[in-house]
Amino acid sequence: MTAPPDDCLARNEWICGTYLTTRRQILLDAVAQHLQLTVLAVLLGLVIALPLAVLARRWGWAAGPVLAVTTILYTVPSLAMFSLLLPVYGLSAALVVAGLVLYSLTLLVRNILAGLRAVPEETRQAARGLGYGPVRLLLTVELPLAVPAAMAGLRIATVSAVSLVTVGAIVGFGGLGNLIYAGMNTYFKAQVLTASLLCVVIAVAADLLLLGVQWLITPWTRGARG
Amino acid sequence: MNTLAEAWRWLTDPAHWTGDDGVWHRLAQHLVLTAVCLVVSCLIALPVALVLGHLGKGGALAVNLSNVGRAVPTFAVLVLLLLTPLGRYGEGPTIVALVLFAVPPLLTNAYVGMREVDRGVVRAARGMGMTGRQILFRVELPLALPMVMNGVRIAAVQLVATATIAALAGGGGLGRIITAGFNLASTPQVVAGAVLVAVFALIVEGVFETAERLAPRLVRGSR
Repeated sequence: MTAPPDDCLARNEWICGTYLTTRRQILLDAVAQHLQLTVLAVLLGLVIALPLAVLARRWGWAAGPVLAVTTILYTVPSLAMFSLLLPVYGLSAALVVAGLVLYSLTLLVRNILAGLRAVPEETRQAARGLGYGPVRLLLTVELPLAVPAAMAGLRIATVSAVSLVTVGAIVGFGGLGNLIYAGMNTYFKAQVLTASLLCVVIAVAADLLLLGVQWLITPWTRGARG
Repeated sequence: MNTLAEAWRWLTDPAHWTGDDGVWHRLAQHLVLTAVCLVVSCLIALPVALVLGHLGKGGALAVNLSNVGRAVPTFAVLVLLLLTPLGRYGEGPTIVALVLFAVPPLLTNAYVGMREVDRGVVRAARGMGMTGRQILFRVELPLALPMVMNGVRIAAVQLVATATIAALAGGGGLGRIITAGFNLASTPQVVAGAVLVAVFALIVEGVFETAERLAPRLVRGSR
């Protein structure tokens, strides 16, 4: 046996290059899991939120209950949310995704609905005058005009989801949260710091990416602002 | 449904309510933790927001701070602080992490509230010869109070919810019932703990709602 090497891992330093090189695969796997959980949750949230918002816009009476239910969901603490879904999904990745979807619903429904409601009445009347039916009006006029507000909600939902995934560590599917949790129990400073920083990097990158997407798909907003 | 029935049985068992791991003790810890963090974050955020709002500066700071606040996982901050020398001081890391988490919504709401005060009213007050301090405390603050209180309410509810995460890092509070349930592989206990936290959060929301209704008209704002 040789003496333990005197590197930053052995000294348990916060910033450690050796950690990055030796645990590269672990870090990459955790990032991949983190991204998978986030993307899946946000996409599912969008798929559920969009029809809900459209229905709430079409039938005014539906707006109240939809908003009330999603707001109550948002009040449930994340740790409690994962626990409440436990009997349904067991200890699985589906549990974490389901919890995150429920959280993103409030933000997404609210913002999409606000966007749809902000479409000027004259615009809708003009489209109707041109012979647009309700479906065509929704798809080609109302939804595109609601994109900026919807994207704002999507960005907040995504950034929140990235940071909430870490709590999934309690059921073993927390992406980088798993590394933070394990690092906490073993006082492994480099692992905790690296995983935390990666979370923030992912959140910021996702935010910028969505901002870019918004810029690309709403060319009509550029001239007005620029 | 079976789990729910068992969770109900867990909740109604008097043995689970007493002692150091009992519901009453955890509830008291949760309450103290939330209250301390709310007071500390108000003391930090509100003076800064009121002064910046009065001066009309720092809008970008308030907005960016709340965006950054959302991106940083509270759990990560908690663990990071736990591993620093601060970790030796019992609930210290939890309080710091929760305060960092509660400051952005407080700051943003109070700042926006101050900026939304009718500029004409402020100009009129200045024309009457009021000093900056008088304008701040007698004109702007009373008018901005509904927004400021709304921020406090959002922060309080979020604190109740997020204080649960402290249990993941070995802190006290209702979250402990949930994490203990996970360790015992007792789903009924986990669900019971989750229900307790959710109910507590809704009660806090309700208390603020009631306080708002009972408060003088000025505080409520004109609706």
